[in-house]
Parts: sequence; structure tokens; C-alpha cells
Amino acid sequence: MKKKRKIASGIYIALVMLFLYLPIAVLILYSFNNGKTSVWKGFTLKWYYELFNNSAIMTSLYNTVIVAVIASIVSTVLGTLAAVGIYNMKKTVRTVVTNVSNVPIINPEIVTGVSFMLLFTFLGNIFNFEMGFWTVLIAHISFCTPYVVLNVMPKLRQMDYSIYEAALDLGCNQRQAFMKTVVPEIMPGVVSGLLMSFTYSLDDFVITYFTRGARFQTLPIQIYTMLRRRISPTINALSTLLFVVTITILIIVNVREYRAEKARAANS
Amino acid sequence: MKKILSLIMSALVISSAAFMVTGCNSENGGGNGNNTEKQEINVFNWGEYISNGEDGTLDTIKSFEEKYNVKVNYTNYESNEEMYNLIKESNSSYDVIIPSDYMVAKLIEEDMLEKIDFSNIPNYDNVMEKYKKNDFDPNGEYSVPYSWGVVALAYNKTMVKEKPDSFSVLWDKQYSGNILMFDNSRDAMAIAMRLKGITPTKITKDDIDIASAYLKEQRPLLKKYVMDQVFTEMEGNQSALAPYYAGDIATMMENNEDLDYVLPKEGSNLFIDSMCIPKTTKNKALAEKFINYMLEPEVAKANAEYLGYSTPNQAAYDLLDDDIKNNKLIYPDEAYLKKCYTFSNLPTDVYNYMQDEFLKAKV
Amino acid sequence: MKSKAPAIPYLIWMLFFTVVPLVMVVYYAFTDKSGAFTLNSFVDSLFYTDVFIRSLWIALISTVICLVIAYPLSYIMSRSSGRARTAITMMIMLPMWMNFILRIYAWVLLLQNDGLVDTAVKIFGLDIPLMGNAGSVVLGMVYNYLPFMVLPLHAVMLKIDDSLIEAAKDLGAGKFNVFRKVVFPLSVSGIISGFTMVFVPTASTFLVAQYLGGTGDKMIGDVIENIFQRDKNVGSAISLALMVIILILVVIMNKFGDEEAAVA
Repeated sequence: MKKKRKIASGIYIALVMLFLYLPIAVLILYSFNNGKTSVWKGFTLKWYYELFNNSAIMTSLYNTVIVAVIASIVSTVLGTLAAVGIYNMKKTVRTVVTNVSNVPIINPEIVTGVSFMLLFTFLGNIFNFEMGFWTVLIAHISFCTPYVVLNVMPKLRQMDYSIYEAALDLGCNQRQAFMKTVVPEIMPGVVSGLLMSFTYSLDDFVITYFTRGARFQTLPIQIYTMLRRRISPTINALSTLLFVVTITILIIVNVREYRAEKARAANS
Repeated sequence: MKKILSLIMSALVISSAAFMVTGCNSENGGGNGNNTEKQEINVFNWGEYISNGEDGTLDTIKSFEEKYNVKVNYTNYESNEEMYNLIKESNSSYDVIIPSDYMVAKLIEEDMLEKIDFSNIPNYDNVMEKYKKNDFDPNGEYSVPYSWGVVALAYNKTMVKEKPDSFSVLWDKQYSGNILMFDNSRDAMAIAMRLKGITPTKITKDDIDIASAYLKEQRPLLKKYVMDQVFTEMEGNQSALAPYYAGDIATMMENNEDLDYVLPKEGSNLFIDSMCIPKTTKNKALAEKFINYMLEPEVAKANAEYLGYSTPNQAAYDLLDDDIKNNKLIYPDEAYLKKCYTFSNLPTDVYNYMQDEFLKAKV
Repeated sequence: MKSKAPAIPYLIWMLFFTVVPLVMVVYYAFTDKSGAFTLNSFVDSLFYTDVFIRSLWIALISTVICLVIAYPLSYIMSRSSGRARTAITMMIMLPMWMNFILRIYAWVLLLQNDGLVDTAVKIFGLDIPLMGNAGSVVLGMVYNYLPFMVLPLHAVMLKIDDSLIEAAKDLGAGKFNVFRKVVFPLSVSGIISGFTMVFVPTASTFLVAQYLGGTGDKMIGDVIENIFQRDKNVGSAISLALMVIILILVVIMNKFGDEEAAVA
């Protein structure tokens, strides 16, 4: 009876995995197809060669990473400071501020996107600038920071305030006490906020689409443009590489964690 | 905690790897790095509308960059309307654009184009006399013709049994789900109007109502409204029928033997696309240099061959192979050209009305 | 540590880049091209009511299908051993790291003429268009957003104590009653948050319907994108309407969730 149920569970999970991975497998398969259509015409690596020689794709990769790095760092600083400040506010004020801060998370992305577009074109007409790197960066910081606040707040709430006071009593000044007691406590929240910002920024299409102006390309935008044009399997090669990079990161992380766990188990 | 730290580490490794890859790339051209002293221009063109070095053809942009040691920011649009909206709405500066006839007239009327200094464009002599002065730019002050052509019908011989002879086949229920249609108001409406007996050159709101009603009738039969996606759809045997620009149909036919074309018996749009310099330009001299370069016989020939469009450039035309010159799709007979119609500039309210109605017909 | 000052930069930032942009949407929605007050944009956007309803409908169907697939999956996951659970969670998360346009494009490759699924279906003698209908749009949505349903469900189910289920069994509850009286009530909060996390993006997304749908499947996100290219006023009116509807739904869902949780 139990065995039967186990088999059924196994089959169910296998089916879901098939659903999740079949499309990706096909995408990867066609990156090696020596032809442009869905008919298999033999193995080739030429699309990878073309990919690395495509300066537009490489430039947009560069742009994407730059924006993600800057946006995630700025949002982490901005958001962590904000969380500390908000934590010290009176309850009613705090509720209002957190609600406003959560707007970009709840709001449909497309509405956030067009609202930025309206703002930037309006300002652009006054101050005579065009949308591009800076507007994309500002938009990314704006939708990333709420996630940092969201990640840091619970850590502040869990923190034992008396440790901070103890540090003060033991002769630390406020700044030292903050760095030595509060910062280590909230660090996990800060780091996960940073990571979330980084990945959201890397992957964002909708908001970038509305704030990028006519010339600034990020990778998701480049993918979109490529699919609107005559489609070349270079895009499959690109997907494959992105997928492989992701898998590699996750495996590295998990192997390390597994080893750390083992070491801990051995020590105890 | 450890997990998170290692995630960060890996993210940093990846990003620095990406920097290195792109860093290498930017050194051998095309990057953002150390070429700030280089002059730049922004060229805004239709998709698939310039020879790009694919399969051994001339890489027009790259060779211009190398010849004059400048940087070209090259971007695409899919329709005249899209280009117009971007130029008007965004604060982006463009130096060279390639609009079609009626759009040139509209841009002139709205004072959005610079007068071109033809003393900077000696190669203008290569342009055929009959294309130098057009209705849309009567004195030939604002535009330099790049290519011309007609709209034709592409169809897949394996999917369409009887050779069609008119755009009315785009309303034929037996091809339901396999028909593509222009995703821009002017071309789509024109096809519908002509079938309803209206000449689409100068039109009224009533004509637009008739056309959009007819387009609404067509919508359930369509697979998609497309522009540049037409290549993927037709070359990959995904759709059976599509109206499109003759030069592009010639390109598709080269890539898929199952495709053929028809010049519809009721006639179609005859268009001329011209290079212009919008008022947003920040480097007019370089823009003129670019236009001049595009008119060089070899460059114009390479583009005419790659695009498959008809060239108004006499020097380039002379260099073309006979089988291109004799291709009735690219250079149709006078008899067919007589049946064709051109687009003229519309009053702003009619133009806007057409845009709105087309959007509604599509939903 | 007691100071509110560190929040000031972010408060200013929010004012300029969260509040002001939304005010601009409201402003454009209630004005015409010359800047005069008007309600015409809303009147014009009534034309798109059908699209609106269709988007909400497609989102609802997609969300329910996600729930149906994710519920047993999360339950199985929550009852598996630690190592297996981590592996499955990772495998479900992994596709999310892939760009969403590429994920949709992968389905285009599968469903198009001569694509893998199309060929398979043809072997069984069925020659029906797999793409270009509401079904393929729903499929794309489910594929895209399934993980957003699994994760919150899995999180709450993990917290259900095995001993509770054992106790219910000992007290003579059948399988169905164990589910109805124990598992389901304890998982309601997960259902609610999964529902919002899937419903909101599905209802407002653009591109999915453009790639997988036919000419009759346009969604409100696609309309907004299209319309904004030339008419900011009507575009703002539709965006505002979308935002208000979504916010109301989210608030209702959360209220509902709180009450359910209180009962349980």
C-alpha cells in the first residue's frame, strides 16, 4: 500500500519535471542544429561561434551586468538604512511607509513600467535628456529596494535590543555598537536582499522595456528584439549558455553546503 | 549564511567573467570603452533593411565605421508609425532615418526634417533623375531615395493549392489560421480599401470605417499580425499566405523553395523609401557623409542585392546581374506599375483616426 | 539606533520614484492631450472591456490549473526526506532563472508546425493547430508561473506536523477527512499567497499572448503596450483601471486569508 503510493508520487513528480524541462531540452537541442528551421540537419557549433562574435549581444550582456551590480548594491544600502529607520518609527507611520514601499511589489509590472516612462519623458522634455542607462538604473533601484527592506525588517524585529544596549554600557559609542551588534544580526537579511535585487535586476524585461529609451539594450531586451526579427538559432545558443551558467552556480553552492554540513556533523 | 555567501561569490565570479568576455570584445571594436573621442551617429532604419555582412555580404555599417573611424549606433523600427512615434515622443537624437514616401511628407509638414546640403553628397548624381523629385518632397530638398518597390503576396505552394491572383485570398476561410497580415495601419488598410473599390492614396474617415470593418471580418481567420516576423513564419513553413514588400518576398523565396509570389490583379502600393535627416540630429555633417556613402555604387549595389528591393541608384543598377534586373517581382512591368497606387500624406486627424481604428480592429 | 534618520534617503527616493510616477499615471488618465480635465480616456478605454475580462478570465484559469498541479506536488515534497526535498525544490526553481521570453519561445518551438509536440500529436492522427488559441496561452502562463504556486504551498505544508495527521487518523478520521479537517485548513494561507503570486502577473503580463495566442487572444498588457506608443492618456486610464482592480483583488484575498487562518 505504502509502496504503491510512493510509486504514484514518483510518477507524478516525473511528469511535472518532464513538463518543466522538455521545452528547455528542446531549446538546447536546437542550438546544435545545422539549419535554421525545426528540421534537424546535423550537429554544429556555428551558432555559438556567431553568438560570441555578435557585438550587440555582448554589449547588452555587459550592460545587464553593470546595471544589476550597481542597482543591487545601491538598493541594498538604501534599503538596509531605510529598514533601520522605519523600524524606529511609530506604528501608524511605519504602516503607511511600508505600504508605500510595497507598492512596486504588488503593482503589476507593466503599470510600474509605464509610470516610469511617463515620469522620465516628462522630465526629459524639461531637462532635455533621453532615456537610457540612467533611467533604467533608477527604475531598477526603485523596484529592488522594497525587496531589501522586506528582507531586513524581520531580522530587526527578531533582534534582541538589549545586546545593543549592553554594548553601549560596555563603552562602545553608538556607531561601534551598531556595527558590532546590529549589523551581524541583520546580515543574513541584507545578503538575501542583495541577492534578490541582483537576480531581479538581471532578469527584468518589462520595466526595462519602458525605461530604456531607444538605444540602451540589456540582455532580456536583446532577446526580445532578436525574436521579433528573423529568428536565428543564436538565440538557442544563448539560452543554453545562460542555463549552463545557472546550473553551475547552483551546483557549486549546494556542493559547498553539503560539505559544510558533513564537516559540522563530523565535528559534533 | 554560508550558502548565501557562496551564492554571492559565484555571482561575482560570473559577473567578472562577463566583464572579461565583453571587455575583450569591446577592445576589438563595438564596445563602450575607450573610443569616446570618436564621432558618433545614430542611424534608425527598418529591420532587415541593410546589408549586414551575413553569408559573406558587405557589412555596411562596419565598413563605414572603419572607413571614417566613427561609431554608428544602429537601431531598428518595424513601421513608419513606430518610427514617427519614437522621434516625436522620446527625446532621442537620431541622425539618419529612412521613412517611406507619405511619412517623409508628414515629417516635412510638421517641420521635423533638416534640409540636406547636397554639396556634401556628390554621389547624389548616381540617383536616377526620375526619383530625384517626388510628390512627397516636390523640390527634392529633404530626402534621398534609398529603394523602392511594390507590395506583393507571398504564398506557400505546398499549403495553397490554387495559385491566387488577388489579395482577396487573405479573406478565404479555407486558409483560416494560416494567413498573416501587415501589422501597420497604412499597409493593412490599403489592401482592404482596394478590395472594396477605394483608391488608398487620399482617404477619408468614411473610407477608414469601411476598411476597418473589412479588417475586423478578416481577424478571426488570421494567424498573426506581423512585420519582421514574417520571415520566420514564411521561411519556416509556419504560415501559408502573407502580403509583404516585394524585396523581402524575394529574400524569403531564396531561403525557402516552397514559396512563390503573386502580383495581385487589383494592383498594390508602390512605395519609395528615402534617407532623411531629422531635426533631432547632433551631427548633420556626419549624417550627410553616411548618406553619401550609402549612394556609392558598390555599397548601393550590395544593399540592393541583400535587400532584394528595387534600387533608384543608376550606378548600382548598372552593376546588378541580369536575373535581378529581369525579376518581375523586383522590377515589375509598366503595365503592373500603372495599376499601383502611392500613399499621400493625410491630415493629422485622419491619420490619428486611422491609427486608432486599426488598433481597435486588431483587438 | 533609535534614529529615524537612516530612512530619509529612501523616503525621498520613494517620493520621487514611487509616488510621483503613480501620480503622473493618474494625471494623464484624467486629462486630454492639451492637459485639460476630462473623463474621455476612460470612456475610450471602455472599448477594451472585453479584453480586460478575457485577461482576468485567462489569469483565473491559469491560476487554478497551477493550484491543481502544485497542490499534490507540494504535499509530496513536504512529506519526502530532506535531501530529496532540496533536490526537487531546486529543480522546480531552476527554470525560473531562465529568461521568461526564452521560456515562452521554447514552447513556440515545441508547438509550432513540425515542432516536437506537434509531430507527436500528428502521429496520433490529430492535425489540429496547437498554437494560436486561448489554450496555448494558458499553457504558457502555467509553465511560467507554476513555481510561484509551489513555493508558498510547500512552505506551509512543511509546517504541518506529522503528529497532527497521525492523531487525526488515530481518532478514526478517514483519508478524506484527514485532508478536509487537517491538511487543507492548515494550507489555506499558502493557497492564498500562491494565488496572488500567480494571478497578479498572469493578468497583467504582456508578450505571452503575442507569442502563443492567436489574433483573438490579446491580453490587457499587450493593449497597454500597444496604446502607449501613441496615446498616453488612454494608456494611463487603462493602466489605472488595471492597477485598481488588482489592488482590490489583493486586499480581498488577504482579508479572506486572515479570516480563514483565524478559523483554522
